[in-house]
Amino acid sequence: MIETRALTKHFGRQPVLRGVELSVAPGEFVALMGPNGAGKTTLLRILASLARPSFGAVRVAGLNLPAEAGEVRRRLGVIAHLPLLYGDLTAEENLRFYARLYDLPNSEARLAALLERVGLAARRRDLVRTFSRGMQQRLAIARGLLHDPEVLLLDEPYTGLDPLGCALLDEVVRERSAQGRTLLMITHDVAHGFALAHRSVILARGQIAFTARRDELTPDAFARQYAAIVGG
Amino acid sequence: MFKSDRVAQILNLVTAGLLLVATAMVFFYAPTEVTMGAVQRVFYFHVAAAWVGLAAFMVTFVAGLVYLRTGKHLWDQIGHASVEIGLVFTVMGAASGSIWARPAWNTWWTWDPRLTTYTIMALIYVAYLMLRQGLDDPDRRARFAAIYGIVGFISVPITFFSIRIWRTIHPVVVGGSGDAAQGTFHMTSPMLQTMLFSVFTFSVVYVCLLVNRVRLEDLAERVEQLKVRMLSA
Amino acid sequence: MRPSSAGEGQALPGQPARPAASGALAAAGAYWRAVSAVLWKDLAAEFRSRELLSAMLVFSLLVVLIFNFALQLDRVARENVAAGVLWVTAVFSGTLGLNRSLSQEKDRGSLDGLLLAPVDRSALYFGKMLGNWLFMLVVQAIILPVFSVLYNLPMLLPLNLVVVLLGTLGYAGVGTLLASMAVHSRSRDVMLPILLLPVAVPVLVAAVQASGGLLEQRAWDEISQWFSLLIGYDVIFIAVAFMAFDYVLEE
Repeated sequence: MIETRALTKHFGRQPVLRGVELSVAPGEFVALMGPNGAGKTTLLRILASLARPSFGAVRVAGLNLPAEAGEVRRRLGVIAHLPLLYGDLTAEENLRFYARLYDLPNSEARLAALLERVGLAARRRDLVRTFSRGMQQRLAIARGLLHDPEVLLLDEPYTGLDPLGCALLDEVVRERSAQGRTLLMITHDVAHGFALAHRSVILARGQIAFTARRDELTPDAFARQYAAIVGG
Repeated sequence: MFKSDRVAQILNLVTAGLLLVATAMVFFYAPTEVTMGAVQRVFYFHVAAAWVGLAAFMVTFVAGLVYLRTGKHLWDQIGHASVEIGLVFTVMGAASGSIWARPAWNTWWTWDPRLTTYTIMALIYVAYLMLRQGLDDPDRRARFAAIYGIVGFISVPITFFSIRIWRTIHPVVVGGSGDAAQGTFHMTSPMLQTMLFSVFTFSVVYVCLLVNRVRLEDLAERVEQLKVRMLSA
Repeated sequence: MRPSSAGEGQALPGQPARPAASGALAAAGAYWRAVSAVLWKDLAAEFRSRELLSAMLVFSLLVVLIFNFALQLDRVARENVAAGVLWVTAVFSGTLGLNRSLSQEKDRGSLDGLLLAPVDRSALYFGKMLGNWLFMLVVQAIILPVFSVLYNLPMLLPLNLVVVLLGTLGYAGVGTLLASMAVHSRSRDVMLPILLLPVAVPVLVAAVQASGGLLEQRAWDEISQWFSLLIGYDVIFIAVAFMAFDYVLEE
């Protein structure tokens, strides 16, 4: 689960987040949308323990940030639009490296299963440098799931994905929320995000401007709401 | 202390008064040194400037530690301001030292440990300013500057020792048995009083500049903030 | 806290390592595994591309050659300045390596990947630092024999190798810390040498004097203090970097 209270972040004296109150229940899948500069990525980086909040309380997976960052990191996975991979290592070596950083036991079996899952088993010995953008992004999905994280944060994960990868990610995301894992996804694709997630949250000017469950609104009504907030 | 106009005004006046007294002491109270003559008078401000230069960098070091502990913006401003002022005094110290070295050691420059260390120290703090300039995110700038201010200051005494050991192995070309041998003189008590008073005065000048610099920085930031608010309204 | 002190942990590779589970030893083991993972990753990637090492090596050779012309080195002059040339070469090529090693992580966004991992920030520092140190040593391992032949000097004296080990360790120790800051600045390629060289003066002085003293076959009494200085510098600055690295990575 994820919970922020009065979360504020300044860059210097410039406020980026102004009192964000967000809560994502265990097993819930929330899509986070908003115009550029609304503070989405900053919020995600704080939840991922990569940035510190200026004020406010943040809990991820039942632990306080930044005080218990080490434990949070163990339970947290991130899939971002940058694949976070090393081009001069093979697909397998990349995953093995992260498995060692996460200190996973029996990593080889899990690694093979994940490569199979993302459709890269045949190319596991090839350098990531030679992969297409879509393949790299698929490998990034495997990297994010490697330690079977309780909470999964996704930052525009569909960017650069091939059709195969998009279908795969849809499936992964549904499956994980069915397993009771918590998911938070930043997306700019309003319709897709609204259709996929349990609940959609619109962030504007560093605050939560609107939130709606999938069963409360029609996709069209939500899209109009979004346009009204972002446009105004 | 940094926010109050009143404190700054009083401090400005006190500093100006002290500087006048110190200058008068250097020229009229301190006696003319026998062998070197009038040029020796540069010594009083030279020592004072060199001392303040070093002290200013020490302030940056301490401000860096406090900033990393507390994250308070003020300590970053103090550290930054102190480097700027420290560099000015370091250059003053070097220039006045050169003026003195010319008659005393018969050269503008020697690779004496103290001189060399001061030069390297000045370069460290020029690098400090360049680092700040190259960083856009204010929090990151403050953190990195604090770290560099700490690393840089710790290296200064080590640099000094390394150069001193080096110089004692290789005989110094200028000045025979050592730099200290040439250019030393017996200090009479009016001389000592003048020197101590100069050091005190320069320390006050430093504090005065620091207060004003931090205030200026604060005001500049406030103007910047108002601009942002005006434009976004 | 040097990573080698955690070396005992390596003897337990099969154990599941949760720091809380079996106390300090397991924690030390996990720490060392994180350090070695980062180190292994850098070495494996470098072994493939050889981008960094070949750049450092070619650059070093060029510097050695250019000094030869620039200083018009006859036999006597060569002996006098050999130690200086050796260390200037090491320092410049080291800067090149340090810069690349950290800007690669930053540019490909993989730095975030490292930061997301549940490992101590200092473990990331030691992993990167040991990698940078090793790269400098590999370059020296090739340059020193070449240097010995070109300058006709006994550069491979065992004690001189110790000087090389200690000098490059200190340089990589501060260099890794400063490079991780320099990569964030706008003019980062220029920034690292500007930040690093003035702080590294003691290493340079001590290493040049120690190497020079050994080549001139000075008495141990005269040289020993340079070894102390190098060791002192290494310990102090690696400790400072160890403590400061957290603050570099925080956002």
